[in-house]
Amino acid sequence: MTKKDRGISFNLVSRHKLQELSSEEKLKFILREVKNGKILVLEHGLTPIEQTSLIERTMKEIEQDTFIGVEMEGYGEDQPTFFQRLLGITRKPRITLIGPANLLKTVKKDNDMIQIKIIPGRGAK
Amino acid sequence: MGIFGKVSLSTILQKIFGKKHVKIGIYGPPNVGKTTLANRILRDWTGDIMGSVSEIPHETRRAKWKKDVRVENGNSSLVMDIVDTPGITTKIDFKDFMNTWGLSKEEAKQRAKEATEGVIESIKWLEDIDGVLLVMDSTQDPFTQVNVTILGNLEARNLPVLIAANKIDIEDASPATLKSAFPQHPVVPISALTGYNADNLYSTMVKHFSKKRKKKRR
Repeated sequence: MTKKDRGISFNLVSRHKLQELSSEEKLKFILREVKNGKILVLEHGLTPIEQTSLIERTMKEIEQDTFIGVEMEGYGEDQPTFFQRLLGITRKPRITLIGPANLLKTVKKDNDMIQIKIIPGRGAK
Repeated sequence: MGIFGKVSLSTILQKIFGKKHVKIGIYGPPNVGKTTLANRILRDWTGDIMGSVSEIPHETRRAKWKKDVRVENGNSSLVMDIVDTPGITTKIDFKDFMNTWGLSKEEAKQRAKEATEGVIESIKWLEDIDGVLLVMDSTQDPFTQVNVTILGNLEARNLPVLIAANKIDIEDASPATLKSAFPQHPVVPISALTGYNADNLYSTMVKHFSKKRKKKRR
Protein backbone atom coordinates (compact mmCIF):
# COMPACT_ATOMS: atom_id res chain seq x y z
CA MET A 1 0.00 0.00 0.00
CA THR A 2 1.42 3.40 -0.95
CA LYS A 3 1.41 6.26 1.50
CA LYS A 4 -1.28 7.99 -0.56
CA ASP A 5 -3.62 5.00 -0.18
CA ARG A 6 -3.44 4.98 3.59
CA GLY A 7 -6.51 6.09 5.39
CA ILE A 8 -9.47 4.83 7.25
CA SER A 9 -12.04 3.02 5.21
CA PHE A 10 -15.61 3.74 6.20
CA ASN A 11 -18.18 1.55 4.46
CA LEU A 12 -21.93 1.95 4.55
CA VAL A 13 -23.51 -1.45 4.00
CA SER A 14 -27.00 -1.28 2.59
CA ARG A 15 -30.05 -2.95 4.01
CA HIS A 16 -30.43 -4.74 0.69
CA LYS A 17 -26.96 -6.31 0.85
CA LEU A 18 -27.49 -7.42 4.46
CA GLN A 19 -30.88 -8.93 3.74
CA GLU A 20 -29.34 -11.08 1.02
CA LEU A 21 -26.97 -12.69 3.52
CA SER A 22 -27.77 -15.41 6.05
CA SER A 23 -26.73 -14.73 9.67
CA GLU A 24 -23.68 -16.94 9.16
CA GLU A 25 -22.63 -15.09 5.99
CA LYS A 26 -23.29 -11.71 7.59
CA LEU A 27 -21.06 -12.46 10.59
CA LYS A 28 -18.26 -13.82 8.38
CA PHE A 29 -18.47 -10.75 6.14
CA ILE A 30 -18.39 -8.31 9.08
CA LEU A 31 -15.48 -9.98 10.83
CA ARG A 32 -13.46 -10.24 7.62
CA GLU A 33 -13.95 -6.56 6.85
CA VAL A 34 -13.28 -5.40 10.41
CA LYS A 35 -10.14 -7.54 10.68
CA ASN A 36 -8.99 -5.77 7.52
CA GLY A 37 -9.30 -2.47 9.34
CA LYS A 38 -12.60 -1.28 7.89
CA ILE A 39 -15.31 0.52 9.79
CA LEU A 40 -18.77 -0.62 8.79
CA VAL A 41 -22.05 1.18 9.17
CA LEU A 42 -24.82 -1.33 8.77
CA GLU A 43 -28.03 0.26 7.57
CA HIS A 44 -29.91 -2.66 9.03
CA GLY A 45 -28.28 -3.71 12.29
CA LEU A 46 -27.76 -7.15 13.74
CA THR A 47 -30.32 -8.90 15.89
CA PRO A 48 -29.31 -9.41 19.54
CA ILE A 49 -28.68 -13.11 18.86
CA GLU A 50 -26.41 -12.20 15.92
CA GLN A 51 -24.63 -9.62 18.05
CA THR A 52 -23.95 -12.25 20.70
CA SER A 53 -22.63 -14.62 18.03
CA LEU A 54 -20.41 -11.84 16.72
CA ILE A 55 -18.93 -11.34 20.19
CA GLU A 56 -18.31 -15.08 20.50
CA ARG A 57 -16.63 -15.27 17.09
CA THR A 58 -14.61 -12.15 17.77
CA MET A 59 -13.19 -13.74 20.91
CA LYS A 60 -12.16 -16.80 18.88
CA GLU A 61 -10.40 -14.57 16.32
CA ILE A 62 -8.47 -12.32 18.71
CA GLU A 63 -4.77 -12.26 17.91
CA GLN A 64 -3.01 -10.44 20.67
CA ASP A 65 -0.65 -8.39 18.49
CA THR A 66 -2.90 -7.66 15.53
CA PHE A 67 -6.61 -7.89 16.40
CA ILE A 68 -7.92 -7.03 19.86
CA GLY A 69 -11.61 -7.19 19.07
CA VAL A 70 -14.40 -4.99 17.83
CA GLU A 71 -16.11 -1.80 18.87
CA MET A 72 -19.79 -2.10 18.13
CA GLU A 73 -22.48 0.47 18.80
CA GLY A 74 -26.09 0.65 17.80
CA TYR A 75 -29.55 0.76 19.21
CA GLY A 76 -31.54 -2.33 20.08
CA GLU A 77 -34.74 -3.35 18.42
CA ASP A 78 -37.66 -1.05 19.09
CA GLN A 79 -40.20 -2.67 21.33
CA PRO A 80 -43.28 -3.47 19.24
CA THR A 81 -46.51 -1.90 20.41
CA PHE A 82 -49.36 -4.03 21.71
CA PHE A 83 -51.19 -3.86 18.38
CA GLN A 84 -48.03 -4.66 16.40
CA ARG A 85 -47.50 -7.71 18.57
CA LEU A 86 -51.11 -8.68 18.06
CA LEU A 87 -50.66 -8.48 14.30
CA GLY A 88 -47.34 -10.34 14.43
CA ILE A 89 -45.35 -7.33 13.22
CA THR A 90 -41.76 -7.41 14.43
CA ARG A 91 -39.50 -4.37 14.50
CA LYS A 92 -36.15 -4.59 12.74
CA PRO A 93 -32.85 -3.86 14.45
CA ARG A 94 -31.62 -0.38 13.75
CA ILE A 95 -28.41 1.11 12.34
CA THR A 96 -25.19 -0.29 13.82
CA LEU A 97 -21.56 0.74 13.58
CA ILE A 98 -18.82 -1.88 13.86
CA GLY A 99 -15.08 -1.43 13.58
CA PRO A 100 -11.73 -2.58 14.94
CA ALA A 101 -11.39 -1.86 18.65
CA ASN A 102 -7.90 -0.45 18.17
CA LEU A 103 -9.32 2.22 15.87
CA LEU A 104 -12.62 3.22 17.47
CA LYS A 105 -13.53 4.45 20.89
CA THR A 106 -17.07 5.10 22.10
CA VAL A 107 -17.19 8.45 23.86
CA LYS A 108 -20.84 8.69 24.82
CA LYS A 109 -24.05 6.89 24.14
CA ASP A 110 -27.56 7.72 25.20
CA ASN A 111 -31.08 7.25 23.89
CA ASP A 112 -30.60 9.86 21.17
CA MET A 113 -26.97 9.89 20.13
CA ILE A 114 -23.89 7.71 19.88
CA GLN A 115 -20.61 9.59 19.88
CA ILE A 116 -17.61 7.66 18.61
CA LYS A 117 -14.04 8.77 18.16
CA ILE A 118 -11.74 7.43 15.48
CA ILE A 119 -8.16 7.22 16.64
CA PRO A 120 -6.20 7.44 13.38
CA GLY A 121 -2.79 7.33 15.04
CA ARG A 122 -3.35 3.76 16.19
CA GLY A 123 -4.71 2.66 12.81
CA ALA A 124 -5.74 -0.83 11.86
CA LYS A 125 -3.01 -3.29 11.03
CA MET B 1 -55.31 -22.79 61.84
CA GLY B 2 -56.97 -22.77 58.43
CA ILE B 3 -57.89 -25.59 56.12
CA PHE B 4 -54.31 -25.75 54.84
CA GLY B 5 -52.84 -26.34 58.29
CA LYS B 6 -49.40 -24.76 58.73
CA VAL B 7 -48.77 -24.41 55.01
CA SER B 8 -49.32 -20.85 53.87
CA LEU B 9 -51.43 -19.91 50.89
CA SER B 10 -48.42 -18.35 49.11
CA THR B 11 -46.52 -21.65 49.43
CA ILE B 12 -49.44 -23.54 47.92
CA LEU B 13 -49.78 -21.03 45.08
CA GLN B 14 -46.06 -21.27 44.39
CA LYS B 15 -46.34 -25.05 44.25
CA ILE B 16 -49.18 -24.85 41.76
CA PHE B 17 -48.10 -21.97 39.56
CA GLY B 18 -44.44 -21.28 40.15
CA LYS B 19 -41.04 -22.87 39.76
CA LYS B 20 -39.23 -24.35 42.72
CA HIS B 21 -35.76 -24.83 41.30
CA VAL B 22 -34.05 -22.59 38.74
CA LYS B 23 -30.59 -22.04 37.30
CA ILE B 24 -29.68 -18.36 37.49
CA GLY B 25 -26.71 -16.83 35.66
CA ILE B 26 -25.00 -13.75 37.00
CA TYR B 27 -24.03 -11.76 33.92
CA GLY B 28 -22.57 -8.39 33.04
CA PRO B 29 -19.52 -6.60 31.69
CA PRO B 30 -16.16 -7.01 33.47
CA ASN B 31 -15.64 -5.25 36.81
CA VAL B 32 -19.26 -4.50 37.68
CA GLY B 33 -19.16 -6.72 40.79
CA LYS B 34 -20.60 -10.02 39.61
CA THR B 35 -18.42 -12.19 41.82
CA THR B 36 -18.80 -9.80 44.76
CA LEU B 37 -22.57 -10.21 44.39
CA ALA B 38 -22.29 -13.99 43.98
CA ASN B 39 -20.19 -14.07 47.16
CA ARG B 40 -22.77 -11.92 48.96
CA ILE B 41 -25.63 -14.24 47.97
CA LEU B 42 -23.73 -17.38 48.93
CA ARG B 43 -22.45 -15.94 52.20
CA ASP B 44 -25.97 -14.90 53.19
CA TRP B 45 -27.65 -18.19 52.27
CA THR B 46 -24.98 -20.89 52.50
CA GLY B 47 -22.10 -19.39 54.47
CA ASP B 48 -19.79 -20.12 51.54
CA ILE B 49 -18.24 -17.91 48.82
CA MET B 50 -17.98 -18.25 45.04
CA GLY B 51 -14.53 -16.93 44.18
CA SER B 52 -11.85 -14.28 44.50
CA VAL B 53 -12.43 -10.67 43.52
CA SER B 54 -9.99 -8.10 42.20
CA GLU B 55 -9.89 -4.57 40.81
CA ILE B 56 -8.16 -5.93 37.73
CA PRO B 57 -10.76 -6.75 35.07
CA HIS B 58 -11.39 -10.36 34.09
CA GLU B 59 -10.56 -11.81 37.51
CA THR B 60 -13.24 -14.47 36.87
CA ARG B 61 -12.18 -16.27 33.71
CA ARG B 62 -14.07 -19.53 34.17
CA ALA B 63 -17.72 -19.85 35.09
CA LYS B 64 -18.24 -21.05 38.65
CA TRP B 65 -21.41 -22.40 40.07
CA LYS B 66 -23.01 -23.38 43.29
CA LYS B 67 -25.97 -25.74 43.37
CA ASP B 68 -29.03 -25.76 45.60
CA VAL B 69 -28.92 -22.31 47.14
CA ARG B 70 -32.23 -21.83 48.93
CA VAL B 71 -33.27 -18.17 49.04
CA GLU B 72 -36.25 -17.36 51.22
CA ASN B 73 -38.79 -14.59 51.04
CA GLY B 74 -41.21 -14.74 53.93
CA ASN B 75 -43.18 -17.93 53.55
CA SER B 76 -42.02 -18.71 50.03
CA SER B 77 -38.60 -19.76 48.84
CA LEU B 78 -36.75 -20.69 45.70
CA VAL B 79 -33.86 -23.09 45.26
CA MET B 80 -31.32 -21.73 42.81
CA ASP B 81 -28.22 -23.01 41.10
CA ILE B 82 -26.16 -19.83 40.89
CA VAL B 83 -23.71 -19.49 37.99
CA ASP B 84 -21.12 -16.73 38.24
CA THR B 85 -19.99 -16.02 34.67
CA PRO B 86 -16.89 -14.24 33.33
CA GLY B 87 -17.49 -10.65 32.18
CA ILE B 88 -18.66 -10.21 28.62
CA THR B 89 -16.85 -7.73 26.39
CA THR B 90 -16.26 -7.11 22.69
CA LYS B 91 -12.52 -6.49 23.03
CA ILE B 92 -9.57 -7.63 25.10
CA ASP B 93 -6.17 -5.97 24.80
CA PHE B 94 -3.39 -7.54 26.82
CA LYS B 95 -1.59 -4.17 26.85
CA ASP B 96 -4.33 -2.75 29.11
CA PHE B 97 -3.32 -5.26 31.79
CA MET B 98 0.31 -4.13 31.47
CA ASN B 99 -0.23 -0.37 31.21
CA THR B 100 -3.10 0.06 33.66
CA TRP B 101 -2.54 -2.77 36.10
CA GLY B 102 1.20 -3.34 35.95
CA LEU B 103 1.12 -6.99 34.92
CA SER B 104 4.16 -8.43 33.15
CA LYS B 105 3.84 -9.09 29.43
CA GLU B 106 3.55 -12.82 29.98
CA GLU B 107 0.96 -12.48 32.73
CA ALA B 108 -1.00 -9.98 30.65
CA LYS B 109 -1.04 -12.21 27.58
CA GLN B 110 -2.08 -15.22 29.60
CA ARG B 111 -4.85 -13.27 31.34
CA ALA B 112 -6.08 -11.91 28.00
CA LYS B 113 -6.12 -15.39 26.47
CA GLU B 114 -8.07 -16.82 29.40
CA ALA B 115 -10.43 -13.83 29.34
CA THR B 116 -11.36 -14.47 25.68
CA GLU B 117 -12.14 -18.09 26.58
CA GLY B 118 -14.20 -16.84 29.53
CA VAL B 119 -16.37 -14.64 27.32
CA ILE B 120 -17.07 -17.62 25.03
CA GLU B 121 -17.98 -19.75 28.04
CA SER B 122 -20.35 -17.07 29.38
CA ILE B 123 -22.17 -16.91 26.06
CA LYS B 124 -22.46 -20.71 25.90
CA TRP B 125 -24.05 -20.75 29.36
CA LEU B 126 -26.93 -18.63 28.02
CA GLU B 127 -28.30 -21.81 26.45
CA ASP B 128 -28.57 -23.53 29.79
CA ILE B 129 -30.05 -21.08 32.27
CA ASP B 130 -33.56 -20.17 33.38
CA GLY B 131 -33.00 -16.55 34.32
CA VAL B 132 -30.37 -13.85 34.59
CA LEU B 133 -29.26 -11.52 37.30
CA LEU B 134 -27.71 -8.81 35.14
CA VAL B 135 -25.24 -6.75 37.13
CA MET B 136 -24.62 -3.17 36.08
CA ASP B 137 -22.38 -0.54 37.60
CA SER B 138 -24.68 2.28 38.66
CA THR B 139 -21.82 4.77 38.53
CA GLN B 140 -21.38 4.14 34.78
CA ASP B 141 -23.28 4.88 31.58
CA PRO B 142 -25.91 2.11 31.31
CA PHE B 143 -26.17 2.13 27.51
CA THR B 144 -23.05 0.11 26.83
CA GLN B 145 -23.23 -2.20 23.87
CA VAL B 146 -22.61 -5.20 26.11
CA ASN B 147 -25.60 -4.32 28.32
CA VAL B 148 -27.81 -3.69 25.30
CA THR B 149 -26.66 -6.91 23.59
CA ILE B 150 -27.13 -9.12 26.66
CA LEU B 151 -30.56 -7.66 27.37
CA GLY B 152 -31.66 -8.00 23.74
CA ASN B 153 -30.46 -11.61 23.70
CA LEU B 154 -32.35 -12.48 26.89
CA GLU B 155 -35.50 -10.76 25.66
CA ALA B 156 -35.30 -12.75 22.42
CA ARG B 157 -35.08 -15.96 24.48
CA ASN B 158 -37.88 -14.80 26.78
CA LEU B 159 -35.66 -15.36 29.82
CA PRO B 160 -36.52 -13.39 32.96
CA VAL B 161 -33.98 -10.68 33.78
CA LEU B 162 -33.45 -8.86 37.03
CA ILE B 163 -31.05 -5.93 36.91
CA ALA B 164 -28.86 -5.42 39.98
CA ALA B 165 -27.81 -1.75 39.97
CA ASN B 166 -24.60 -2.34 41.88
CA LYS B 167 -22.10 -0.05 43.65
CA ILE B 168 -24.70 2.27 45.19
CA ASP B 169 -22.28 2.74 48.11
CA ILE B 170 -20.22 4.96 45.78
CA GLU B 171 -21.11 8.65 45.95
CA ASP B 172 -21.82 9.29 42.24
CA ALA B 173 -23.99 6.18 41.77
CA SER B 174 -27.25 6.80 39.97
CA PRO B 175 -29.50 3.71 40.08
CA ALA B 176 -32.38 5.93 38.90
CA THR B 177 -30.59 6.29 35.55
CA LEU B 178 -30.60 2.50 35.19
CA LYS B 179 -34.27 2.34 36.08
CA SER B 180 -35.20 4.88 33.45
CA ALA B 181 -32.88 3.26 30.86
CA PHE B 182 -34.46 -0.19 31.18
CA PRO B 183 -38.05 0.32 32.33
CA GLN B 184 -39.13 -3.07 30.95
CA HIS B 185 -37.15 -4.97 33.64
CA PRO B 186 -37.12 -4.83 37.44
CA VAL B 187 -34.09 -2.89 38.71
CA VAL B 188 -32.91 -3.30 42.29
CA PRO B 189 -30.28 -0.88 43.63
CA ILE B 190 -27.72 -2.72 45.72
CA SER B 191 -24.25 -2.60 47.18
CA ALA B 192 -22.85 -6.11 46.86
CA LEU B 193 -19.84 -4.92 48.83
CA THR B 194 -21.71 -3.70 51.91
CA GLY B 195 -24.87 -5.77 51.53
CA TYR B 196 -27.06 -2.67 51.45
CA ASN B 197 -30.55 -3.49 50.08
CA ALA B 198 -29.66 -7.19 49.67
CA ASP B 199 -32.95 -8.23 51.32
CA ASN B 200 -34.89 -6.36 48.65
CA LEU B 201 -32.83 -8.11 45.97
CA TYR B 202 -33.53 -11.54 47.47
CA SER B 203 -37.28 -11.01 47.71
CA THR B 204 -37.39 -9.72 44.12
CA MET B 205 -35.32 -12.71 42.96
CA VAL B 206 -37.73 -15.18 44.56
CA LYS B 207 -40.78 -13.44 43.12
CA HIS B 208 -39.36 -12.79 39.66
CA PHE B 209 -37.57 -16.08 39.00
CA SER B 210 -40.39 -18.25 40.37
CA LYS B 211 -42.72 -17.24 37.57
CA LYS B 212 -43.27 -19.88 34.94
CA ARG B 213 -42.34 -18.81 31.42
CA LYS B 214 -41.96 -20.55 28.12
CA LYS B 215 -38.29 -20.45 27.20
CA LYS B 216 -37.49 -19.89 23.53
CA ARG B 217 -34.65 -22.09 22.32
CA ARG B 218 -32.26 -20.84 19.63
